[in-house]
Amino acid sequence: MDKLDDLLVSDVAKEDVPILKPILHTGKKFYAVVFILVVIILIGVYAWILQLKKGLGITGLNHPIFWGVYITNFVFFIGISHAGTLISAILRLAHAEWRRAITRSAEVITVLVLFFGVFNIVTDLGRPGRMFKVFTDGKLGSPLLWDVVSISIYLAASAIYLYLPLIPDIALMRDKLRSKTKRFFYGIFALNWKGTEKQWTILEKAISVMAVIVIPVAISVHTVVSYVFAMTIQPMWHSTIFGPYFVTGAIFSGIAALILAMYFIRRSYHLEDYLKPVHFNNLGLLMLVMSLLWFYFTFTENLTAFYGAEPAHLAVFWSKFTGAYAPYFWTMVVCCFVIPLVILSNRRTRTVTGTMVVSIFVIIGMWLERFTIVLPTLINPRLPYERGIYHPTWIEFAVTAGCFAAFILLYMLFTKFFPIISMWEVKQGREKGIKETEERIKSYLPGKAQ
Amino acid sequence: MPRWGMVIDLDKCTGCQACVIACKAENNIPFSSPKEARLKRIISWMSVLPVMEGEYPDLRERFIPRPCMHCDNPPCVKVCPVGATYKNREGLVAQVYTQCIGCRYCTNNCPYTLKYFNWYTPEWPKEMENYLNPDVPIRSKGVVEKCTFCHHRLQKAREKARAENRRLKEGDYVPACVQTCPTEAIYFGDLDDPHSLVAKLARGPRAFRLLEELGTEPKVYYLTEGEWHG
Repeated sequence: MDKLDDLLVSDVAKEDVPILKPILHTGKKFYAVVFILVVIILIGVYAWILQLKKGLGITGLNHPIFWGVYITNFVFFIGISHAGTLISAILRLAHAEWRRAITRSAEVITVLVLFFGVFNIVTDLGRPGRMFKVFTDGKLGSPLLWDVVSISIYLAASAIYLYLPLIPDIALMRDKLRSKTKRFFYGIFALNWKGTEKQWTILEKAISVMAVIVIPVAISVHTVVSYVFAMTIQPMWHSTIFGPYFVTGAIFSGIAALILAMYFIRRSYHLEDYLKPVHFNNLGLLMLVMSLLWFYFTFTENLTAFYGAEPAHLAVFWSKFTGAYAPYFWTMVVCCFVIPLVILSNRRTRTVTGTMVVSIFVIIGMWLERFTIVLPTLINPRLPYERGIYHPTWIEFAVTAGCFAAFILLYMLFTKFFPIISMWEVKQGREKGIKETEERIKSYLPGKAQ
Repeated sequence: MPRWGMVIDLDKCTGCQACVIACKAENNIPFSSPKEARLKRIISWMSVLPVMEGEYPDLRERFIPRPCMHCDNPPCVKVCPVGATYKNREGLVAQVYTQCIGCRYCTNNCPYTLKYFNWYTPEWPKEMENYLNPDVPIRSKGVVEKCTFCHHRLQKAREKARAENRRLKEGDYVPACVQTCPTEAIYFGDLDDPHSLVAKLARGPRAFRLLEELGTEPKVYYLTEGEWHG
């Protein structure tokens, strides 16, 4: 601790020290993890360059399985992005006081993971060099262009939504750090924040306006991602349920990603006092609700196809239930429904570790969900006499691993430059939140208070 | 304006695949190795599919040559994000190779799976390079391609008719597969001309189209005696 004090001007509040510590001090373990991640990223980059050189023939894709792991990743990563902004916005608007310590770690996920969603779709292009044609020659009739539009808006909105609540914390670092270069660096991003009453009013208004804007944008993003499939006339893609089904899955996997991020932040930066069991408990309950909702959609979707019994639909249905994709499908059901239900519905297992374990399964399960939506339909084209095969190659796995590693690395770097827990919001909770909540509860009860 | 269409008589087709070879030679389609065939990477704008009908011992084997259906309501055109595939004024569904970004959305939305993707840079044995058709562009890796009804032949025929100061007449323009078919099972012409042979055949009782129930309105008709069992 002594070493840290040297780096800081003395008058920093005691409760802010643990939050600032990761920025001021970096341990050996951090560098070790960074090294491993960089190695994985380099392998991924090598695979990607190889693919750019030789063409998509190097992947496992073929005729008629034109989409595979990359499109699965695209849908998956865009889904994860719902962790942050959406959850944080809903909790903010609902005045959920327990949000204060977790909003930032959630919002960062959104902004970073969106890049990997976009990267995967670019990687999937046969001619990535021509990708800007979607801006210059875009045809609004194509659902892919709806994606381009809504993801761009979402990226901009969630970046603003991440940045706004960062300003007071950046200003705090500008004022409290000893290092001159750091002060200069944070000074730029602090936008001359002085913490005057007027500035606070503007900031809080801006945050709540953004919170309102971000929710419909987030919903629209995953809805149009689902439209890429639902607007086609292919069996079991052409489904009216896909919009809400994808949004549900997105929030579901997003919560899992958030819990994982919080778990590792809490452990490695010793923030047990900030990210408490109650946060994991509450997010665990939210995840349980999403798991049930997800199961309801999955059940409806498949029962409809089965009962209708149209041959083209049945071919896809059976390839998921008993055919080539059955192992993936049933693993998905176990990961996304059975395990969350068992662990999360019991208070004794809905602990920090318990929710973390469930989150890992949900992440795996939701990736498989995207996979079992994309592939079985392509393997079973409508004309009954053509059957494909798909075995992804190491190229696709290496690029995927590289994406995950790069995302984790960027996230880790963020925690080294900015406080991963919103200091001013926690402080505000202590100073204003308790009183406000008390008054709010009083207003619910019979008595004088309005 | 003509509406070009094709009629294929399945009862005449022997499954010899001469149309496939003619198409490949005409349209500069690269050869495939056995390895690529195993990986299902073959490009073949015209492909003959064997279909087994009935159950043992009452079996019947059929051959279905399938070029692009040139739908009047093409599902592939709708989803293209950059307008690289479109339906021209004569109803031909065209692909602009220099505009295609290779997203393969169109290939996925073709219910007939008749669009093809260039998984590699196309290559020919050196001796074959002199035999490439100068009228047809060579596609680069990473773009989608498909049967054009030998559109370049239409351009040539039209030029010729103009030079001879006359209108285009039936038979001036036929795709390579039609020209080659040894049993003359494939007919080609203007579906909007009520007196043309294709229009008459397409109206006949033996005519049907693939996946007609999807409303794509294909311009490739098939003829067969009796019922078709997809």
